[in-house]
Amino acid sequence: MASNPFAHVVTKVCGPPSAADYGADKLLRAVVWGAAAVILLLVTYIVFELGRQAFPAMLSFGPEFLYSTTWDVQAKQFGILPEIWGTLYSSLLALLLGGVLGVAIAIFLTQDFLDHRVSNVFRTIVEMLAAIPSVVYGLWGIYVLIPLIRPGANWLHDSLGWFPFFGTSLSGPGMAPAALVLAVMILPTVAAISVDAFKRVPYKVKEAAYGMGTTRWEAILKVMLPSASSGILAALVLGFGRALGETMALAMLIGNSNQISLSLFAPANTLASLLASSFPEAGPIEVQALMYAALALLAITLLVNVFGLWIMKAATRKFEGR
Amino acid sequence: MNATADAVTSPAATWSIDPQDTVMDCRLEKIFYGDFLAVRNSIVPIEKNKITGFIGPSGCGKSTVLRSLNRMNDLIPVFRFEGSVTYHGQDIYDKSIDPVLVRRYIGMVFQQPNPFSMSIYDNVAFGLRLNRYKGDLDERVEKALRSAALWTEVKDKLKNSGLSLSGGQQQRLCIARAVATEPDVLLMDEPCSALDPIATRQVEELMLELKEHYSVALVTHNMQQATRVADTTAFFSVDISQGSRTGYLVEMGETRQVFEDPQADLTKEYVSGEFS
Ligand SMILES: Nc1ncnc2c1ncn2[C@@H]1O[C@H](COP(=O)(O)OP(=O)(O)O)[C@@H](O)[C@H]1O
Ligand SMILES: [Mg+2]
Repeated sequence: MASNPFAHVVTKVCGPPSAADYGADKLLRAVVWGAAAVILLLVTYIVFELGRQAFPAMLSFGPEFLYSTTWDVQAKQFGILPEIWGTLYSSLLALLLGGVLGVAIAIFLTQDFLDHRVSNVFRTIVEMLAAIPSVVYGLWGIYVLIPLIRPGANWLHDSLGWFPFFGTSLSGPGMAPAALVLAVMILPTVAAISVDAFKRVPYKVKEAAYGMGTTRWEAILKVMLPSASSGILAALVLGFGRALGETMALAMLIGNSNQISLSLFAPANTLASLLASSFPEAGPIEVQALMYAALALLAITLLVNVFGLWIMKAATRKFEGR
Repeated sequence: MNATADAVTSPAATWSIDPQDTVMDCRLEKIFYGDFLAVRNSIVPIEKNKITGFIGPSGCGKSTVLRSLNRMNDLIPVFRFEGSVTYHGQDIYDKSIDPVLVRRYIGMVFQQPNPFSMSIYDNVAFGLRLNRYKGDLDERVEKALRSAALWTEVKDKLKNSGLSLSGGQQQRLCIARAVATEPDVLLMDEPCSALDPIATRQVEELMLELKEHYSVALVTHNMQQATRVADTTAFFSVDISQGSRTGYLVEMGETRQVFEDPQADLTKEYVSGEFS
């Protein structure tokens, strides 16, 4: 404890912090440093262990693993390009749908379209979507969504089949149902975080917009959106990250087929779904390949997050000058 | 006239000018926030090519009155207005009038600087683009920034965010944004409260320039400012007799008369600094 050179100052109230105050200070510091260290250690350990287990596969398959397309356990040929493609394609589609919908809902909930109480109820309902277990989404996709969209999908294929997105018919599981369910799954994340972003825009900014004579549409599009942009981007990055790693619902809905197709109705596969469906019966060599695939998924997620952070920083600098 | 005249009882509130010289004829009978009567019975003409100053103790409803003049208060759900505000022969509170339209012609500068999250240039060009201005944007932006006494400070960083400026610079940016579209009437709510004395004087000079072509309504807590720039001054006070706090116009007249020869005792106390 520091000595107190002011001890002689005559006062009835002022005095130095007690030993207990200093002790609590030290304790708090130790706890937060400890928590940070645990996180760091955990991440390092996971990456290290994953790398160690994937190492034999990395040696034997090399970088070719990342851009070859067969997954044949008998022939000991492993390549995950279709899964990388499927992961990115399904997540991008979900981000597009869920992102637009989520931001639109956030606008609807925050820009005085609704009475406050109604909008709170509505927000709770949207957030409840996040509480539905992944496997329930999968079942819902199989028993409700696929039968629901199949006639429309097949009609699109029959009449606009020359268009790459509609290049195949939808016989069951496939990219479209998977991406739709993913979109619904990331919707609450995107909506909730965007709502907070819009709520953080000070009232005086809204006043300034309307004071210039904007219509509501102009105020939202030209003023509120740029003001909330860094928060909305954070919402989109989080949503995208969630879509990249989603496993159960996709394993049930995407068809687990090792192919690369632009068609929305073709079955495909994702990294997470490959891992989930192959591990239970995998032999030692395949496990090593799967570890390699897991490492690739981790790298993709990391890259997406870094890229997202970079965009957010750029947006913050552009719009807010920070 | 109409029924509104009967409601106005205070003799000083009947001060009037030649209708030819008024750009806005504001007859405020009752302004409510929910059940709370914030302002009553005040007739405040805004003169063409003049600066009309609003003074009075805080909470007496100066901002409320000012924000009623371009329907800014319509943003507040509990706000309710009784009376009329006639602008170029048209009551802006008429059901057929879109408040958005009113605000295109009657601009506003707020007490707190509130620049948009965009570049300095885009902030100033905002209203020009909104009104689909076809001429030279750069020229207009420069002119507006010059008149807000900000040009020399920002001319090399127009692409930087408006939010990167200091508080006083932000306020001048907001003034530039408001004057860029050359609104017919400019409402200013204590625009200098965030500014240092030098910037304050520059903004006051701007107001004096503006009134050559436009009309200005200015709320100020600074009585020296009122005497320096306002042609006409309206003094508001609070009536606490009914247990509520309702603002009303006590006296309005030429600035010199209001400060040197006030008619009402309340005004006399306020301008001489005796107000408690
Ligand atoms: N949005 C609002 N909702 C409810 N009451 C308000 C609102 N704005 C102002 N008031 C009340 O109206 C009265 C006048 O406020 P204001 O016009 O801001 O006064 P001034 O600008 O003269 O200080 C105050 O009593 C204030 O509390
Ligand atoms: Mg005020």
